[in-house]
Amino acid sequence: MAAKKEKVRERVYLTFPGKLVKEPILCLMAKKFDILFNIRGSTVTKEIGLAALEVDSEREEIDRAIRWLKETGVLVEPIGKNVIE
Amino acid sequence: MTFVKGLKCRECNQDYPKQPIHVCETCFGPLEVVYDYDRIKSSISREKIASRPNNLWRYRELLPIDGEPKVGLYSGYTPLIRAYRLGEALGVKQLYIKDDSVNHPTFSYKDRVVSVAISCAIEFGFDTVSCASTGNLANAVAAHAAKAGLNCYVFIPDGLEQAKIIGSTIYGPRTISIKGNYDDVNRLCSEIGDKYDWAFVNVNLRPYYSEGAKTHAFEIVEQLGWKIPRHIVVATAGGTILPKLAKAFNELKRVGLVEDGECKIYSAQASGCDPVIQALKKGTDLISPVKPNTIASSIAIGNPADGYYVVKTIQETGGWGESATDEEILDGIKLLASTEGIFTEPAGGTEVAVTKKLVQQGRIPRDEPTVICITGNGYKTIEAVAGIVEKPFCINADLKNFDDLYNQLNQPSREKAVAGKR
Repeated sequence: MAAKKEKVRERVYLTFPGKLVKEPILCLMAKKFDILFNIRGSTVTKEIGLAALEVDSEREEIDRAIRWLKETGVLVEPIGKNVIE
Repeated sequence: MTFVKGLKCRECNQDYPKQPIHVCETCFGPLEVVYDYDRIKSSISREKIASRPNNLWRYRELLPIDGEPKVGLYSGYTPLIRAYRLGEALGVKQLYIKDDSVNHPTFSYKDRVVSVAISCAIEFGFDTVSCASTGNLANAVAAHAAKAGLNCYVFIPDGLEQAKIIGSTIYGPRTISIKGNYDDVNRLCSEIGDKYDWAFVNVNLRPYYSEGAKTHAFEIVEQLGWKIPRHIVVATAGGTILPKLAKAFNELKRVGLVEDGECKIYSAQASGCDPVIQALKKGTDLISPVKPNTIASSIAIGNPADGYYVVKTIQETGGWGESATDEEILDGIKLLASTEGIFTEPAGGTEVAVTKKLVQQGRIPRDEPTVICITGNGYKTIEAVAGIVEKPFCINADLKNFDDLYNQLNQPSREKAVAGKR
């Protein structure tokens, strides 16, 4: 029997460039991946979109969703943004 | 004895008790330390501060510790230098350099924030401190952890130059080089911070860490005879220091250490990484991330964590900002070295170059007290200036050879001949 995969919770900060602001990116992500997420904060203007998300799922599934977001053109960062100083 | 009331979310104002957390559980906004200013006011005085040792803990009532400071007993209280010759070059009558390039023990402003973070880490009961850094922060964390006898883990991106690594590894931390791009390093470090019960100084201790930046401003005001300068120029990387300068000036007024005074705060960034300056010029407070491409590696942060608060503070204080090209940054380093005898890293060169622009634009008037905050030391980034300094002249060990060379060089120049007037 396969071992049960570990569930994890990750907090991420998403930055959407202007060209993606009108695209339903988060809705598409919800349909494509087996994840639960909760939007804790967001701001949208013509030029930029920001969203703070708490994401729950198996580790690999979150990795896949984050990879897809990045490929789509979304900047994905930890909730504290740049940790490297 | 503590004067800390707790933490408050900068976005939704939710209150939290003092604990090692950095974001609001509700809205994920950043948390900030809140003090009991009325009690501080009745406890602090200029005389009390003057009686204390010359270190950053002189202002301990306004710092987030409960007991005695544990580290950084020789950090801070760096020179505030009246910069006559640089002032002449830039056309500013009252110019000062706040020189954190000689901060103890690792020669950058990071010794301030790390002193406070590690003192808090010890009070919280952590036995391990950590950070992710490409230079100054890692140097400071490793050194202060060594002094405090704490375990230390330093994370660095794979491929970092040897010189930058040794500046941390000499103090004996475990240094972990992470393969992958900066995004990967950021994510992993954040996960490690969540999983391991460590004091990650600029993550879970960020609210305390950033409070240390206020001491830079407290000292400037004390060294100016308890006067707030009219203008201050500082480089922006992650955005920690600039809003804290404003907080420090406001706190000094609030607790009665200074009566009045308003300071306009200006941000300096490299043109190859200037998200804050772009936002300022567009008139927005939302930061659009950029991909860094500059020699000023210590300030090359494309999406500053506190960028929004930097822009807000600049707008509130009536300041401004400018960026400088790599060439202008190198000229700035040379100008500061050749006029004031201070060798700074590219971040400092950026500040000098930006000050020059702001004066030329008329944003900084030529006759008002102005401070440039120099936050790092040039001896750590020798390679940045290697190509722009004069090469040594090589002669045989023969006096005639030197005589010939001397005549050829036509020394002393007029500039050197008038040196020593001040």
